[in-house]
Amino acid sequence: MDLKDLYRDVIVDHNRHPRNFREIPDADRRADGFNPLCGDKLTVFVKLDGDRISDVSFNGSGCAISVASASLLTESVMGKTIAEAEGLFSQMHQLLTRDDVDIDVSSLGKLGALSGVREFPARVKCASLCWHTLDAALHQQDQVSTE
Amino acid sequence: MNAVHVLVSDSGALDVDAIRRDFPVLERKVRGLPLSYLDNAASSQRPRAVIDAMSHYYENSHANVHRGVHTLSQEATDLFEGAREKVRRFVNARSTREVIFVRGTTEAINLVAQSYGRPTFGPGDEILVSWLEHHANIVPWQMLCQQTGATLKVAPITQSGEVDFDAFAALLSPRTRLVALAHVSNALGTVIPVHRFIAAARARGVPVLLDGAQAVPHMKVDVQELDCDFYAFSGHKMCGPTGIGVLYGRESLLNAMPPWQGGGDMILAVSFEKTVYNGLPYKFEAGTPDIAGAIGLGAAIDYLESLGMERIAAAEHALLVYANERLATVPGLRFVGTAPEKAAVVSFTIDKVHPHDLGTILDHEGVAIRTGHHCAMPVMEFYGLPATARASFAFYNTRAEIDRLVEALHTAREMLG
Repeated sequence: MDLKDLYRDVIVDHNRHPRNFREIPDADRRADGFNPLCGDKLTVFVKLDGDRISDVSFNGSGCAISVASASLLTESVMGKTIAEAEGLFSQMHQLLTRDDVDIDVSSLGKLGALSGVREFPARVKCASLCWHTLDAALHQQDQVSTE
Repeated sequence: MNAVHVLVSDSGALDVDAIRRDFPVLERKVRGLPLSYLDNAASSQRPRAVIDAMSHYYENSHANVHRGVHTLSQEATDLFEGAREKVRRFVNARSTREVIFVRGTTEAINLVAQSYGRPTFGPGDEILVSWLEHHANIVPWQMLCQQTGATLKVAPITQSGEVDFDAFAALLSPRTRLVALAHVSNALGTVIPVHRFIAAARARGVPVLLDGAQAVPHMKVDVQELDCDFYAFSGHKMCGPTGIGVLYGRESLLNAMPPWQGGGDMILAVSFEKTVYNGLPYKFEAGTPDIAGAIGLGAAIDYLESLGMERIAAAEHALLVYANERLATVPGLRFVGTAPEKAAVVSFTIDKVHPHDLGTILDHEGVAIRTGHHCAMPVMEFYGLPATARASFAFYNTRAEIDRLVEALHTAREMLG
């Protein structure tokens, strides 16, 4: 287990320069995510065009894993339908928590950079917080906590 | 115990190499590297003497206490009550009737809230705490306020992490029923000058509870000299076992308080018409106690006393001074909590590196620190921080371990900064 498996270049880059790190003032959906263990707090904003995610963004504060994961999330679900985004959520959940399931990491694109998190159980919640928050936003819940 | 001859050098300072050999866990490796355990404010490690005392008890003398006339029950009772006497002497309580064994600081504070506060506090009454309390010295009082209609008042802190005495004194009112203060802040390490606070409270006839969880392991505590009414602390932060702690209470107050849990051991006679409660300290110790835990705590006290609390305090202060010097050389490091009087606790942040990432990266270098809110979320809120990194030192730590901490921080900055 090398630290470089956790902090891959993609992760470091997205932490230093998070994409879509902004508020969407007229968002159709938004939800707050909170990880009380480490104090990570983020808000996910979603703009919908029918059932398609026409814009998605986040803001807040958190560790490198949670910020990079949220940044990667916004890139990967941008333009997707709600059903497609939920499919990705399910794949990411398996990628982060299940070592008995073969995930085709290449199909996940840049999100595959988070596969190393599985080896660091204390950090899995950091990576999954934004996905749970997006899920809550899409289901019109206001808040989610990973504890 | 003759360890004092081994563990203290001719100059009177502690022999840290010899001391480290007493702590089996310090020999282990983490991720192939020697362990640098710098998370002592969360929980300290155990010397072999404590582990052996508990094993010896279980292997030779275990039976229930205060119950049997057989040999083992008598031995267990003697060991258990012997541990109580060690605690009494250690904190200089007047009598073992003032030494209640509990699970830890948290339970001690809950006991006072439920047994001292709940029967007599009411709407309009006030409980005064400070902004830097651990959650264990906040939440039990909030619960008490919900139960009784009393109000929680909070004395503010200054930017350096000290409790603002003038603001505290101004908050003392005729309605103040209890002051509950940390002796040493767990999140920042601030040593609160409690004498002054206690004097101000007592001048108004207000009893004072001190949360001593972070103080007892690191300095000489004398409850009579402090003149406090309640003093709570935990075994596991002072080289003793988890699951055992102590509530010291002034006997006159404890006598007037009702039991908070009912069961065996806390009674003299039970019938369905009337139950007669036992006297102190047993009135507050319902059920079979943590006998081995108390014996382990007694062994921890023996160990600490063999080193001497003054020598421990001096060694830890030297580590604090060295850590402050070395950490100040790390670019982007900001100290959180800079009171002039501090225990060996350093809370800090590093620009562009979240404390949680620091924790993981440092762990890969074999360095264990705490990252997060340290069960003191109001303190984090005061500084506008979600979390800090906290290194906390014990007398068995070395300068070399602090050097490793500093090197690992440089690694973290290179990786993420």
